[in-house]
Formats: sequence, C-alpha cells, structure tokens
Amino acid sequence: MNFYGCGAYKRDYHICPERSINDRIRRKEIAMNFTPLFRPRTLAVVGVSLTNDRHPANVIYMKNRLRQQVEVYPVNVKGGILLGDPVFPRIVDVPHKIDLAVIAAKAEFVPEIMKDCIQAGVGGAVVVSGGFAETGREDLQEQIVSLAREANFPFIGPNCLGIYSPPYADTFFLPSERIVRPEKGKVAIVSQSGGILVDLMIKFAEEGVGMSLAVSIGNKAVITELEMLQYFATDPETNVVVFYIEGFRKNEGRRFVQEAGRSPKPVVVFKSGKTPAGAKAVSSHTASMAGDYEIFRSVLAQHGIVEAKDESELVSFCEALSCYQNPIEGRMGIITSSGGHGATAVDACASQGFTVPVLSEGEQAEIRKMVSPRLQTIASFGNPIDLTGSVTDEDFMGAAKFMCEKEDVDCVLVLLLPYSPGITSDVGARLSLLYRQKGKPLVAYVPHVEKYRMFVEGFQFHQVPVAHSIEEAVNMAEALRRRQPC
Amino acid sequence: MLTEEIQKILSSARDTGWVLEPEAKRLFSMAGLDVPRFEWAHDQQEAARFARDIGYPLVAKVVSPKVIHKSDVRGVEVGVQDAKALSEAFSRLSKIEGCSGVLVEETVSGMELIIGAKIDYQFGPVILLGIGGTATEIYHDFSLRMAPLTSRDTESMVKCLKAHELLEGYRGKEPINLKELRRLLNKFSELVMTLEKEIESIDLNPVMCSSTRCVVADARIMLKR
Repeated sequence: MNFYGCGAYKRDYHICPERSINDRIRRKEIAMNFTPLFRPRTLAVVGVSLTNDRHPANVIYMKNRLRQQVEVYPVNVKGGILLGDPVFPRIVDVPHKIDLAVIAAKAEFVPEIMKDCIQAGVGGAVVVSGGFAETGREDLQEQIVSLAREANFPFIGPNCLGIYSPPYADTFFLPSERIVRPEKGKVAIVSQSGGILVDLMIKFAEEGVGMSLAVSIGNKAVITELEMLQYFATDPETNVVVFYIEGFRKNEGRRFVQEAGRSPKPVVVFKSGKTPAGAKAVSSHTASMAGDYEIFRSVLAQHGIVEAKDESELVSFCEALSCYQNPIEGRMGIITSSGGHGATAVDACASQGFTVPVLSEGEQAEIRKMVSPRLQTIASFGNPIDLTGSVTDEDFMGAAKFMCEKEDVDCVLVLLLPYSPGITSDVGARLSLLYRQKGKPLVAYVPHVEKYRMFVEGFQFHQVPVAHSIEEAVNMAEALRRRQPC
Repeated sequence: MLTEEIQKILSSARDTGWVLEPEAKRLFSMAGLDVPRFEWAHDQQEAARFARDIGYPLVAKVVSPKVIHKSDVRGVEVGVQDAKALSEAFSRLSKIEGCSGVLVEETVSGMELIIGAKIDYQFGPVILLGIGGTATEIYHDFSLRMAPLTSRDTESMVKCLKAHELLEGYRGKEPINLKELRRLLNKFSELVMTLEKEIESIDLNPVMCSSTRCVVADARIMLKR
C-alpha cells in the first residue's frame, strides 16, 4: 500500500480516460447521495487482519471503534473474533445496513468486495487499496468503475486515505496518536495526495483554522474534485473548500473552474507541479508563452478561484475566507497605535499592489473629533491613522467606525499592540462587532504569544481573522481580493 | 461556424501541419477578422497588377511550406515603394526554399500586439493577448483567459497587461481602438471554439492596432498532429 503516494500516477493523466458516469451525474441523470459516505452512522472495515494489529484495516477499525461515533463492523473472509467482536466473512453477513465500507484488501479482491457492497445496499465506499491505475492496472480500476457506474454506487479512491470526518468517522490508516487534529470548523480540504492532506491538517491545527471534512481522493476514479465541489456547495458544515491539485485529466480542469466559479462558497486551490519537467519544442509564440502553469494560474483567477502559492498563504487565506466570503478590490484603511507598524503595513500593502487611499483635510478633522482630547494633538489622522501609545478602546472604535463608513476603503487593517497601556482585552470583541454592523471586512494583527491570547480571542470569537504578522494580515486581505475574478 | 470553405483550407494544410499565411488570412477574413488587402501572387505580373490596384507602399512576403518563421530567412520585405522594388523583392523571395509564390499586401501600421490561442489539455481552448512582434517572448507581457471570452474577460485582458497604458494612450499618444480590439478578441474566441478539434495553436502576430483598426498582419495556424 502506498501510504503517501495517493496521487502517484500524476505524471500521466492520459491513462485514465473520462468516465461517462461522471458526466451522467453532472447532467443530474443520476443523483448520488454522498451523505452516507461523508457522515456515516455505520461503517464496515473490509480486510481486517486476525493476526496483524498494524494492518491498515485494523488501524482504521480500532480508531473508529474507540474514538468515533460510527458503529463499526470488521469483515474478513476467514471470519473469527477480533478483540472480542465477531468478524463477518462478507459484508452481506453484517446484520445492519452499512453506510460506508472501507475496503483495504489486496487490489485483485476489490471487485468482488465491491459487488458484495452493492448487493448489501451499502451507501458508499472508500477504497484504500493501491495497485490500480497508479501501478499500470487500469483494467482493474476500469472494472470497479463499471461496477460502480452500473449500480450508482459512489466510492472514493482507489489508492487513498479516504475521509476524516469527525465526530462521525475517520478512515485514515494512520495511528490515532500520530494524527494532529484541527478543531471542528468550516473549511473542507480535498486532496490528490494523502501526505499533503495530513500535513495541511497539522498546519491548520497549529494556526487554529477549523476543519469540517478532509477527503483524500487518490486516483479519483469516480469521485473527482467536481463531485466534491457539488457536494460542498450545499453542505451546511462547510463554507470554504480547499483543493490540493496535482493535475487534471483531459478537459477536467475546464469543468472544474466553471463549477468552482459558480460556487457560492470560496474555493481555494493549492497546486504542485508548477515547474515544467522539460522545455518542449514549440513552434508558436502562444504555445511557448502559455505554459501549463501560466494557463492554470490565469484560468483560476478568471473564475474567482483563490490560488494559494504555498502552504503559509493557504492557511492565512483559509482563515480569512472562513470569516469573509465577499471579494474586495484592495483599498485599505489602516489603523495603528504605532507609527512604525503603520509604515510597515503601508509598505506591505504597496508591495501586494493594494492602495491606501489618502484622507482629505476635512476627513482628518472629522476623525480628530472622534478621539479623546489628549490624542487630538499628538495622533496623526492620515491613512494610516496612528493613534499612538496613548490609545484607548474608544479611540480605536472611533477610528474604525470612520474607516468602516468611508466609501473608498473596502478593507480595514487594525494593528493592535497589546502592550499599549490604555486598551483593554475587550477591544477585539468591540471592534469585531463593528464588522457585524457595517459589513466591511476587518483584519487584525496581534502578536501571537500566550500572554496576549485574551486580545486575540475577542476577535476570533466574532469570526474576525487575526494575523500573527503584518505581512500575514495583508495576505489575508489578498485572499479576499483574489475572490474577485480577473 | 465551421464552414465548408474553412474545412477545405484546413484539410489541404493537413500534410504540412500548418496553414500557409494567405490561406490563414482568407480563413480569418471569412470569420470576420480584419486582415490587410492581399494577393497571393504566383508571378511578377500578378504582383504588379495587384500593386497597381491598391497602390504603394506595400509589403511582400515569401509563401513557403518550408518556412514557418519568415523573418529568420529574410522572407519579409516591408516598405516596397514602387514597381521596380516590388519586382526585385519578388525575385529575391522566389529564391527562398520551397517558395510557392509571394504574398503582396497593403501596409498597415500601429502598435504590435499578439493574439493567440492554444488548446490546453486540462482547460481546452485558451486565448492570449500580449505585446506582440518578433520580440514578444522577450517582453513576455501577456494575459490568458479560457475561451469563450466574456466581455469582462476582454476588458480585464487589456487591463492586466503591464503595458496597458501604452494601449490606452500614453503621454499624448492616441489610444488604440480598444473597441475594435475587443471585437477582434471576441470574433477570434468564437472561431477558436469552432476549431477546437482541428488546431493545436494559433498566433496572430503582429496584430497592428491603431486608433482606427486592429488588423491581423501575420498569422500562423498550427494544426493538431
């Protein structure tokens, strides 16, 4: 079994021709119900070993038995007893209706097991097993695809980790204690690579980005990025969808961007393989300039799909987009209590191509009236508004209210230094409430150390993204701008 | 729409793998793209007659299935001022490998842009707009969109060029006719959608854009192999 090579056949997408089942599903001729697959109540693990506790199927069985809500049943042709539970020889022998079957047996047994699943009325399957198209066995993959096609039976994989869907089920064959779990949240991740998926979960946990569902789609024989997009469009538990993509099959990218462009929820794509393997001899200027990645990048932007260039962008983008879904053009209003921070933020904005509109004399006079008297002579009221170290919560509120109402600002950056003596730990929550009233996205920067957690929490509680650096705050705004189709 | 005439042009080019310039121009003209007035002259008399009809200065180019990049073999003569110069150009161009006539056409001027198309494996037909000319790959200033183009696409393709100000009238220069440019992009996008199964890529380079017209001054259609 290929633990981390779930996208292992990436070098050649030609080997896997477009399946008509996907087209039929897309044309709504067949309505596949994915709920049993992604939120199962009953689970059968096919291929558990009676002698080897470390067998992937056993790892999956145990972690669901002990740590997930799903009812789980072990299956092995030999029958017997596993840790006191009866092992069913075939899935048809399980005396309950099964929502999800995890198939972790050798590839050549998978078609028979799938027939059993269909016969038993199982809701869907995760085929963990490798040994299909990625190793040249297109025939075997073709066989399970046609079984599924005929029976309208959805399955994920083959050659994948499957789903991580707490608190329902977890089909990752990685030991429970080794997994880092992000909190429950609104971001879903779909990945061609199981390894990258697990790694992103670690990053999400580290940065406090909550996750609704993680799916490793492996060889994506039946369920591709497209089906996942359609599922998440109406999934109430998800409001941002992330895809890690190595490549698409013929014309699959076209359908993906069209569907993603229509998605009511932000779609973020993280692409690998941006560098061409070798320069091809091309005879036209267009073919030479329009390389694979150039096209990928441009077509994503054209459809308002947010491309993250690296993992750190990805995490900040998800944090920002799980709070705000509407695009901005990138006209920033900056509020700070330190001139240096304000100037740094202006530089970061400029290098990203954001504008920081100047405030008129009249506007400056207006803000001056909104802050406490002792600030009126020492603060500066351009953009950035620098409220100095003497700032209070009220001053932040006054300045933020002004920026939220100013028409040619479409995003407000608040640089909050928790060591300013005049502010309280309520300031984050109070500023966040302004977003609720005014609807203008607000991004905060607060140094992330344990000591200042109480300043961060006020924002997070109200779904306002908090960055741990000024550059990250600007990056979060960038995510909102990339939602704007270009 | 893929007319019979267009299909005929494509199938007769199947062996060489690309469409000769006069045929490509005839095809684009049928599709509603603006091309210079031209004549595929097979002898000196034909060339001279056409020149008398439209007047000088003219451009003369070699037509040869052996020559994809004409300027590499000095296969283009611009600013042909009179009958004598045309005759000399004709003689010189005729000696180039595989020469099967000379393309004589009106001189068009303007800013040099490139408009191109490629059938991408993952995304299907895509359209490119960039700063054109022989040095287009050196400028490397272009925008790409998946076809068919919408009006938002044609607008943003211009805006996304680093040199967009040059198109919009820079330092007192007259802007190019952006309406014509966008019309050309739209027509081209429609055409590319109908040719998806036939072609690999297309270069319209240069497209000469002035304040009045956007004319396809040179074109190359690479067919699917």
